Amino acid sequence: MLLVYCPYCQVERPETEFSCRGQAHIARPADPDTVSDEDWVEYLYLRDNTKGVYAERWRHIHGCGRFFNAVRHTVSDDFLAFYKAGEPMPDLDTLAKEAGK
Amino acid sequence: MKRYSFLELAKNAFSAHKNWGRQWRAPEPKAEYDVVIIGAGGHGLATAYYLAKEHGIRNVAVLEKGWLGGGNTGRNTTIVRSNYLWEESAALYNHAIGLWQGLSQELNYNVMYSARGVMMLAHTVHDVQVAQRHIHANRLAGVQNEWLTPEQAKDYCPPLNIKKDIRYPVMGAALQRVGGTARHDAVAWGYARGADDMGVDIIQNCLVTGIRRGADGAVEGVDTAKGFIKAKKVGVVAAGNTTTVMDMAGVRMPLESYPLQALVSEPVKPAFPCVVMSNTIHAYISQSDKGELVIGAGTDQFISYSQVGGIHITNHTIDAICELFPHFRRMRMLRNWGGIVDVTPDRSPILSKTPVQGLYVNCGWGTGGFKATPGSGHVFAHTIAKDEPHRINAPFTIDRFKTGRLIDEAAAAAVAH
Ligand SMILES: Cc1cc2nc3c(=O)[nH]c(=O)nc-3n(C[C@H](O)[C@H](O)[C@H](O)COP(=O)(O)OP(=O)(O)OC[C@H]3O[C@@H](n4cnc5c(N)ncnc54)[C@H](O)[C@@H]3O)c2cc1C
Ligand SMILES: [Zn+2]
Repeated sequence: MLLVYCPYCQVERPETEFSCRGQAHIARPADPDTVSDEDWVEYLYLRDNTKGVYAERWRHIHGCGRFFNAVRHTVSDDFLAFYKAGEPMPDLDTLAKEAGK
Repeated sequence: MKRYSFLELAKNAFSAHKNWGRQWRAPEPKAEYDVVIIGAGGHGLATAYYLAKEHGIRNVAVLEKGWLGGGNTGRNTTIVRSNYLWEESAALYNHAIGLWQGLSQELNYNVMYSARGVMMLAHTVHDVQVAQRHIHANRLAGVQNEWLTPEQAKDYCPPLNIKKDIRYPVMGAALQRVGGTARHDAVAWGYARGADDMGVDIIQNCLVTGIRRGADGAVEGVDTAKGFIKAKKVGVVAAGNTTTVMDMAGVRMPLESYPLQALVSEPVKPAFPCVVMSNTIHAYISQSDKGELVIGAGTDQFISYSQVGGIHITNHTIDAICELFPHFRRMRMLRNWGGIVDVTPDRSPILSKTPVQGLYVNCGWGTGGFKATPGSGHVFAHTIAKDEPHRINAPFTIDRFKTGRLIDEAAAAAVAH
């Protein structure tokens, strides 16, 4: 069981209070009419599925209910950062170096 | 190859079974192969076996980063069934069921396929409707599946608790009688021994670190822990690691990799006659021939390559097992482990050519590919040998995510097998 930190409630809670919603920072196409089939595939189905440092969305579903983002190492499952939705993605390589991964 | 027989067994008894000999060689890689398969799980080994057997392509290597059968093949709960919803899936999984039936004879290796019946429980009105829809769809597609009342379910599986006052009472069940279990290790070993005998090189402890492509974009070979190996064709059969391997060739995949767990109890005398699964409360149980109860749990909610799942996931499954089978409450659990399963958006596998000439991929089996091992290897070998899919795997392309012709098995395979 992971311990997850909610940047809105500013508390650390067991993973079962949260729901993980996959890769973060995937923007919905601004103008759907002009999007090619390839770009729809990319948006809807293709994921980095990184073995290593990964930014993903979490939702504090049994708490404040809000979405936020987290950076996690997908081999050790250690969290390296938590930040609010709308904030830019931290530099993953730097985070990985700091954590010695 | 020394064929196994009753006579051999008797002969070897005189030397206390100490002279059976190796089942396959441990060769060093050659400089070049016609086909290189990445991943010596059941699917990769079966592919190599059928390439040699049915297509006469014997200059083949199977490269494995660990030991053969040490991935999901050696970690699953061994459930075999074919009652999926769509006709495309029915054809694929039924093809496998057909091959399972003669597999021990075909491989001269006891894979212990036991058609003891797979019973899938319904606990809610919605479950009942979904199960009956499945049963009707299956009957139309020529796939065995039948409906049981709670009393009939208890007749088939006496340990089942059908009391009305439990948290998720049993409202009925779908039974596939040809479903059952098989010995997972034996499947990998049997295919390995058969393939090796026809000249396939199985190279263990050989991590693939790169896929080289020529100026025209076509595959040229693979970089490995044992150096560069030239190959005309490369088949990727790497389950949870498929994204990582396909990245080496620059092909992005519609996959996410999740930990999935199983556990076994201490061995006891025969106490459980069939396989029981419940998708709604995430529990699957059968008894191995060694006597252990084999229990399958759900996936974690986040992607991971850790090969360990959260303990709360197994606890949840044990809760369900204890309620459905109260007389197992005092059993002790012996071992618990995880595997990394590669899940597609529509929960159906990908057995396909790729945008890269000479590169093929067999993946996306997620939580439920063991049952398909013989059929998957059979049609994937065809795809590689002929450079075009077999009729049965033709719908299972990567392209379906672009054309929109998804094969949505989420209801059948969300977590279940
Ligand atoms: C706990 C659990 C329970 C399951 N229960 C069932 C069940 O009851 N019924 C069912 O039908 N299915 C079940 N499954 C799913 C089933 O196990 C898989 O779908 C199936 O075994 C996949 O076989 P495979 O040969 O494709 O993969 P694997 O057996 O995982 O083989 C892939 C191989 O590729 C190797 N590899 C990866 N990357 C590299 C590299 N870079 N270089 C070299 N080698 C590499 C790996 O080491 C591995 O050995 C379960 C899975 C798990 C984890
Ligand atoms: Zn919160």
